[in-house]
Amino acid sequence: MTVAMRHLSAPDLTPVHTEQVRDVLTRPSLSYWQDAWIRLKANRRALVSLWIVVGLLVFTLIGPLMWRVDPATQDLDQLSQPPGVDRTATLVAPPVTWSGEALTDEEATGLRAIGRADTQAVRLHWDPMPEATGGYRVYRNLFPVGPEKAYGLPLLMNMEKTWYEDRLDLRPTTYYYSVAPLDESGEHAGEVQTIELNLNRVITIDEARKRGLIGDEETPAPGATVELKLHPLGTDYLGRDLFARLMHGAQVSLFIGMVAPMLFVAFGILYGATAGFIGGAVDAVMMRFADFVVALPFLLFMILFKFIFQVEAGESGIMPMLVALVILSWPATSRLVRGQILQIREEGYIGASRLLGAKTNYLILRHMIPNTMGVILVTLTFAVPSAIFTEAFLSFIGMGVAPPTPSWGSMCNEGIKTMLTTPHELIFPAVLISITVLAFNLLGDGLRDALDARMRSRE
Amino acid sequence: MLRYTFYRLIQGFITVWFIATATFTAMHMIPGDPLTSEKAMTAEIRANLEAKYGLDKPVGEQYLIYLKNIASGDFGISFTQKNREVNDIIREHFPVSATLGLLAILFAATGGVLFGALTALFRNRAPDYAIMFFVILGISVPGFVVAALGQLSLVNINAFLGFTVLPVGGWGTVAHMILPAMVLGLGTMAYLTRLMRSSMLEIVNSDFIRTARAKGLPATRVFSKHQLRNASLPVVTVLGPAIAGITTGGFVVEYVFAIPGLGRYFVQAVQQTDYTVIMGTTVFYGAFLVFMVIAVDLVYGFIDPRVRLK
Amino acid sequence: MADVTVDESSFARAAGRQLLIYGLLTLIGFTAIMFGLNVMASFVGSDTGSSKAIDASTKSITLALRDEPPQLDSTKATDAISGQILGHVMEGLLRQDAQNKIQAGVAETWEITPEGATFHLRPDALWSDGKPVTAHDFVFSWRTVVDPKTASEYAFIMYFVKNAEAINLGTLPITELGVTGLDDRTLRVEFERPLSFFEKVVAFKTFLPIREDFYKQTKGRYGADTHEMLYNGPFRVTSWVHGASLKVVKSEHYWRRDEIKLNSINWAYMTSDPNATFNFFKDGKIAVAGLSADSLANAMEQRWQIKQFQEGVVFFLEFNQRPDRLTRNLNLRKALQLVNDPSEVVNKVTKLPGYLVSDSLFPVYLDGVKDKFKVEKPPKQIVRDVAAARRHLELAKQELGLKEIPPLALLSDDTPTANVMAEYYQGLFRDTLGLELRIDKQIFKQRLAKMTSGEFDLVTAGWGPDYEDLLTFGDLFASWNLNNRGRYASAEYDRQVRIVQSSMDQVERVEAFAKMQDLIIDDAVILFNYERGASYVTHPQIKGIVRRVIGSDPDFSYAWIDEGQG
Repeated sequence: MTVAMRHLSAPDLTPVHTEQVRDVLTRPSLSYWQDAWIRLKANRRALVSLWIVVGLLVFTLIGPLMWRVDPATQDLDQLSQPPGVDRTATLVAPPVTWSGEALTDEEATGLRAIGRADTQAVRLHWDPMPEATGGYRVYRNLFPVGPEKAYGLPLLMNMEKTWYEDRLDLRPTTYYYSVAPLDESGEHAGEVQTIELNLNRVITIDEARKRGLIGDEETPAPGATVELKLHPLGTDYLGRDLFARLMHGAQVSLFIGMVAPMLFVAFGILYGATAGFIGGAVDAVMMRFADFVVALPFLLFMILFKFIFQVEAGESGIMPMLVALVILSWPATSRLVRGQILQIREEGYIGASRLLGAKTNYLILRHMIPNTMGVILVTLTFAVPSAIFTEAFLSFIGMGVAPPTPSWGSMCNEGIKTMLTTPHELIFPAVLISITVLAFNLLGDGLRDALDARMRSRE
Repeated sequence: MLRYTFYRLIQGFITVWFIATATFTAMHMIPGDPLTSEKAMTAEIRANLEAKYGLDKPVGEQYLIYLKNIASGDFGISFTQKNREVNDIIREHFPVSATLGLLAILFAATGGVLFGALTALFRNRAPDYAIMFFVILGISVPGFVVAALGQLSLVNINAFLGFTVLPVGGWGTVAHMILPAMVLGLGTMAYLTRLMRSSMLEIVNSDFIRTARAKGLPATRVFSKHQLRNASLPVVTVLGPAIAGITTGGFVVEYVFAIPGLGRYFVQAVQQTDYTVIMGTTVFYGAFLVFMVIAVDLVYGFIDPRVRLK
Repeated sequence: MADVTVDESSFARAAGRQLLIYGLLTLIGFTAIMFGLNVMASFVGSDTGSSKAIDASTKSITLALRDEPPQLDSTKATDAISGQILGHVMEGLLRQDAQNKIQAGVAETWEITPEGATFHLRPDALWSDGKPVTAHDFVFSWRTVVDPKTASEYAFIMYFVKNAEAINLGTLPITELGVTGLDDRTLRVEFERPLSFFEKVVAFKTFLPIREDFYKQTKGRYGADTHEMLYNGPFRVTSWVHGASLKVVKSEHYWRRDEIKLNSINWAYMTSDPNATFNFFKDGKIAVAGLSADSLANAMEQRWQIKQFQEGVVFFLEFNQRPDRLTRNLNLRKALQLVNDPSEVVNKVTKLPGYLVSDSLFPVYLDGVKDKFKVEKPPKQIVRDVAAARRHLELAKQELGLKEIPPLALLSDDTPTANVMAEYYQGLFRDTLGLELRIDKQIFKQRLAKMTSGEFDLVTAGWGPDYEDLLTFGDLFASWNLNNRGRYASAEYDRQVRIVQSSMDQVERVEAFAKMQDLIIDDAVILFNYERGASYVTHPQIKGIVRRVIGSDPDFSYAWIDEGQG
């Protein structure tokens, strides 16, 4: 056979142009995860939740960079203040100690206020009452005194002086002050005098300068008004900005809430899947170990980890909490996964796959994990709130993060003590916890639907 | 089956022994002991106290003595409640926690299965949304807030109606149990509802349901015999730990509603480092939990014949 | 679900019907369980459901206890709750009356000299089984307290009695205790050293009697349960469901039984949750409730009359003065002292009425020579002076050879108030002196362990009185006192303590106490905070509740129901 030898040139190497027409019978091939993503995007609730979770992360991580208010700065002029109140304050001179002198040109008699009654001090003076053999008692009420003769908070106990200076947690509101003469046994001995006082919000010039409300050079006359610092969500019991505290608190709550479940669910899956897959004696031993771990007392071990980690003064103690959560919480997940694996292992398609020579790794990756994903994700989305709640519970019994580190749980716990008088201190952290939990639940729902292998064929 | 049960029981005892050992070790590693008191005491008095409670012996010896005692069912005498035995504390307060916990579990399990099935049946329709809304509400608020708000609203309802609908706290009659049990079971119920819903949705698409329906079995039979029963499998799995979790985790509810349960004693004991009470309650709960898990496993094998008990 | 949609709705309907049936069955099941539980509950629970706050027809009242009394064995009781119950069911040689004055108790008459005391017991003082209370019952219980085998934490209060300390430390047999029953009705007590206030000490709960034969019969469980205790007070315990309720009824054997007006007191709830207590009161279940910050406003809204009481407990921050601590430096302590403003603490931080601004180690209610001690010897006032504080801080830095003061550790407990205080001081020291304060929050026993071992710079602390004499506060900072956790040691202070311990002259003693008061301020031993007060509400029909700083508080044994009220 003679072959004509010739030199090949570039055009010779171009592929032959074929006009092969394929039937477009299949949609583009999608990987498992691509498919899941498409279906997740179709689920509006899940998508909204995803955005909420992203929003929470932004709130936590970027928020403090935008709202640059120190969450530890105390504003003792604005204690437990709900959002949206009038912040106008009158500048006054620093307080001078008062030892009961009444103004000499005072014409009024009976119980009267000396000077201005404002949030700095209320100075009361009254004429001696002959029946007061056991001294006097001063009361302060938020409500007018009615026929019940309830005079409100007793402020001064059985003292013989005829004046009183009230500085106790004064708010810009209306107070009803009463003074009662007492007999020797401390019971009311005569007519009780009551006056109504409207308190103005004031701030001393020094204090205003310290807070940067007036410039260092400015020397405004007493009586001028300033606008106190803005706290969009109000303040807490030490006058700290609630908005800033919520953002910093989110760092603790979301850290515990997200990192701990991810770690222990991941470990639980590995553990449970291994036990379920291997089976036999190994399974039995591994599950007994899980039973053992689940029975260990969480509180005791958290204290132990706090000790082992050498938590020093000033540290928040998040790490021991995280470690205790991870080390003690995985058995529930592992039991669940093991149960699922045991069930799937008996399914026909696994046997078929095995017959076709599938390796263990393939079986786990291709069949076991996708088929257990639903249950796992539900577990995970519930583990997030449960971790957040554990943190809150620890705060409730006084074993949560150390102050001044805020967390939503500890803020809730502080807030619940005053839920009737200043509900905003409870509502804001509680609502944030609820939103977080809700978002994770709906996202988990969406993920479950999206990842469920059995739903795949039905699109 | 009998051999399997026996085998599991032996394993259970070993697990309990591990729990006792781990708790004992952890407890003795933590600084501060039950004898540390608010009033400082001289070394001599402290030595007296240590001798009295056997804390002067080496830790190893204390451990052996302790093991010997719990083997004979004696958990010792409490350090904070000085003349009371831990056995008495458990005997008197565990029934309270257990009653409350079981009632809560009953609420949670039946509610969870019923609501879960309902939401799955009416998926993405009004009943689903309505139930899921309450479920989410129930799980998204911390337990102590729910308990406090529950009690507060009850007080206001009683005050508004002028008579006591339900007592706001305390213990003694069934009326005392209803609200606390509901508050306690709420979280678990929500969890079970969701679990049930997701497992119902999986089952509804499985081959054996299709086969059953294709065979022409009546819908009620398919539903109750195949769908409901199989769907409740994961619910049963988590029920074991949930029972233990609820009976031990009732501290908040016991605290808010002034219920004399064991949870309060345990938290107090941890805060006071009361060795004997911590050990007693932990070992007791550990044993309870371990044997509960064994019971659940046996039930599991009974419900699902595919999981053979070997 | 394309393949099953055809009959999906009919399936759903059938399944829904099935579910409805299951639901109904469940409901029926629940009702049955409830009935079953109701029967069961009667075995484990207490009867708290039906009782009202006040029942005038049976002269009984219902109350809440803050916690379960740990036990009612007076030799071992240390806490206020046990003290309260013991005050109702037991009586010592002397008792406190409704005006908190010392009155005759089991002892009808008594003579006290600087060297000792003799008590003559009344013949009609009886135990709850009808047998008379004898001198031997006191000898037995006091010996039990100091017996090293009992290991009583309050044995130190017995140290006023001759040889008590030596016996407690194990160097003398218990029979050497300076207390003897001359006969059944005469008790002779010898003092360790001359003592001027034994009357006040002997009313304390640790000095209550216990009958030997009964004690031995309980085999170490004395006071642990209703029937494992004998009572000789105005009331006796009839039911004690641990953690749930404790009920006492008027004792038919008590010698003053005609003066006791209440027939029974039922502490039907045990809870430390202030909100729950308030809810019980609002629901008409209990007759007395303490008020928290939140419930104060609510009580005003309800138009209730709010009452108040000074608890006599002083709160402060204590400096650690052990050699390795920076806070051993006087100038550093002075700097912190000069920025501390207790009135700001009371008015802006604790924010509760009834809290007094503290300016001394000694609370206001204690007596001096003729008047109250603090009226006779007012303490020096410290006015906040940030500039002076900074000068002291500079001096401290020079003396310590430091450019900057490193962060200080504030040891704090897990109570809400302690948290707020710690956070407040952290902000205060940072804003005024630029000092960093690190909060070390520990639970109860761990905090005590750290206080004992000295792992702190500052610690939040409080001190309440054990007996009604200035000494109960004064000897706290004696260098040998183990409760002096900061290890403040001053030879001058110790000298003054020795004077007040042995002097019989109240004028001399008050002078010495005034010097101690000055030293505490001059040496900046502690930062003053407040004297705690309590606000509470009572049912309008109940009268005569006695509040006490020391002893049974609140005491209902003098109370009565006034039906004309409310």
